[in-house]
Amino acid sequence: MEVIYKKPKSLKDEVMIYCPGCGHGIIHRLIAEVIDELDLREKTIGIAPVGCAVIAYNYFNFDVTESAHGRAPAVATAIKRLLPDRIVFTYQGDGDLAAIGTAEIIHAAARGENITVIFVNNAVYGMTKGQMAPTTLPGMKTTTTVYGRDINYHGYPLKVCELLSQIDGVSYVERTAIDSIQGIIKTKSAIKKAFQYQVENIGFSFVEILSACPVNWKMDPIEAMKWISEVMSKYFVLGVYKDKGGK
Amino acid sequence: MKKVLLTGCEAAAEAAIHAGCRFYAGYPITPQNRFPEYMSQRMPEVGGVFIQAESEISAINMVFGASVCGFRALTSSSSPGISLKQEGISYLAGCELPAVIINMNRGGPGLGDVTPSQSDYFQATRGGGHGDYRTIVYAPWDVQEIYDLTYIAFDVADKYRNPVLILADGIIALISEPVKFKKEKKRLPIKKWALNGCKGRKPNSIKSLFLTPGVLEKHNWHLYKKYKKIEEREVKFEKYFCDEAKNLVVSFGTCARICYESVKILREKGVKIGLFRPITLWPFPYIQLEKEIEKKEKLFVVEMNLGQMIDDVKIANRKNLPIYFYGRPGGGVPTPEEIKRFIEKNL
Repeated sequence: MEVIYKKPKSLKDEVMIYCPGCGHGIIHRLIAEVIDELDLREKTIGIAPVGCAVIAYNYFNFDVTESAHGRAPAVATAIKRLLPDRIVFTYQGDGDLAAIGTAEIIHAAARGENITVIFVNNAVYGMTKGQMAPTTLPGMKTTTTVYGRDINYHGYPLKVCELLSQIDGVSYVERTAIDSIQGIIKTKSAIKKAFQYQVENIGFSFVEILSACPVNWKMDPIEAMKWISEVMSKYFVLGVYKDKGGK
Repeated sequence: MKKVLLTGCEAAAEAAIHAGCRFYAGYPITPQNRFPEYMSQRMPEVGGVFIQAESEISAINMVFGASVCGFRALTSSSSPGISLKQEGISYLAGCELPAVIINMNRGGPGLGDVTPSQSDYFQATRGGGHGDYRTIVYAPWDVQEIYDLTYIAFDVADKYRNPVLILADGIIALISEPVKFKKEKKRLPIKKWALNGCKGRKPNSIKSLFLTPGVLEKHNWHLYKKYKKIEEREVKFEKYFCDEAKNLVVSFGTCARICYESVKILREKGVKIGLFRPITLWPFPYIQLEKEIEKKEKLFVVEMNLGQMIDDVKIANRKNLPIYFYGRPGGGVPTPEEIKRFIEKNL
């Protein structure tokens, strides 16, 4: 009998405790598949954020460290500079990367660090139960924007791909969404490209993934997927924002 | 071995390199700008990594990353910058990661001024960041000693897997004095816990998050046992002219060096007075000071702050001797004559 689907070696045999319909499980698996396919498991060092995915070290079957809230790109910078032949990536949410850690991500990008950043954008603070994120959409209700995000009062969401693609040190920026099978396939190829670029020393690679948080969006998982396709990806437009090209 | 004329910043940088440190991240702040400048030249020379970070916060987290993958790592700054590093120091302590942090103390609070101060004693000895943790704190009194203490700080940090602070000040940072170098460390400890790719072993992880009930408490009791061991083994202090002295000056760092001159002048005038100098501010030499106090009558505490180490002297002063305090809290440095006058007034 031929095995056509199995757990990647880069994932541990652990039951994930993420909420029903959460995108982290899918994204963890995609990263694990890519690391297996590129045969990088034994040389990969992951940096977990503060947020729901802080427990990533429970699931990834390779070296993973915690980092303080938003500081993952600084931690990754040191590791990659000291161990340039290892594969170093950060896994960060929108609060971690686009609010408290804005300085760290922008300057790691500006230095052109040869690292990979996986940015999970679910437009809300998940772990703290649904407060406004820097990527909360205009009009969107959260526990700290109970009347909806008013751009005149709360300001605008931050479009990170658009921002980072302006920085000279950046090699690859793409935004994808895991709202459909096609979206998941596209996301995987973006993640693969990002890691491949690091292997080839092309420089800073960045993938933003629009991902569902049904519990805090107060939707069921299917509604949440639809909302990504019909609403979220209209504001955070999918596509390749920068690509210096691989070897 | 010949001596080399270096500033305190340069001497500490050389000590780090001689101790096998190959990673430095920092951010400019007066009075320790010579530190990142010097390291930007020296680190590439020895095959190490120098990074001028975008902030103090980023610098300490780079040090965190360097420590995660098993390298000896250093950052330096001055008071306001050290405040920014406190989050990172708390994570280093929680994750049990070794690192060395040098504070060339300047005046505070707030932006304060750029002149020498000892006002970060509380911050250095009482944790500084959030959580139940301790950092070893060395207080050098001259350029040779900042070299010597930085040199051993990396071993001590590795031994206990704990951050070590060097609390110096703007004077030590900037004055030039002859320094005798030690041998360059070639054999560094092997760190099986480090993250460098899981080839041939199970994956490693570094964390300070323990959500399962009871696990954090267990972790913190483990830290407690480590801190007790440090208290038993790592206390450093020096005493001068203490035998037959009836009065005792207690002072640390630059201030102790000035007090040494005051005590010498007083002794020449026939005053029976000695000097006790804690070198580790944590662990504080409580037992040793308590023993020294046994046959004394009066204590004089001199600090370049509003009185911070005096709290620790009070803990050691179970004999309840009268304590006289002299402080210069605004970046001013006392003269030996000034301290002598203060002591004479209260004898």
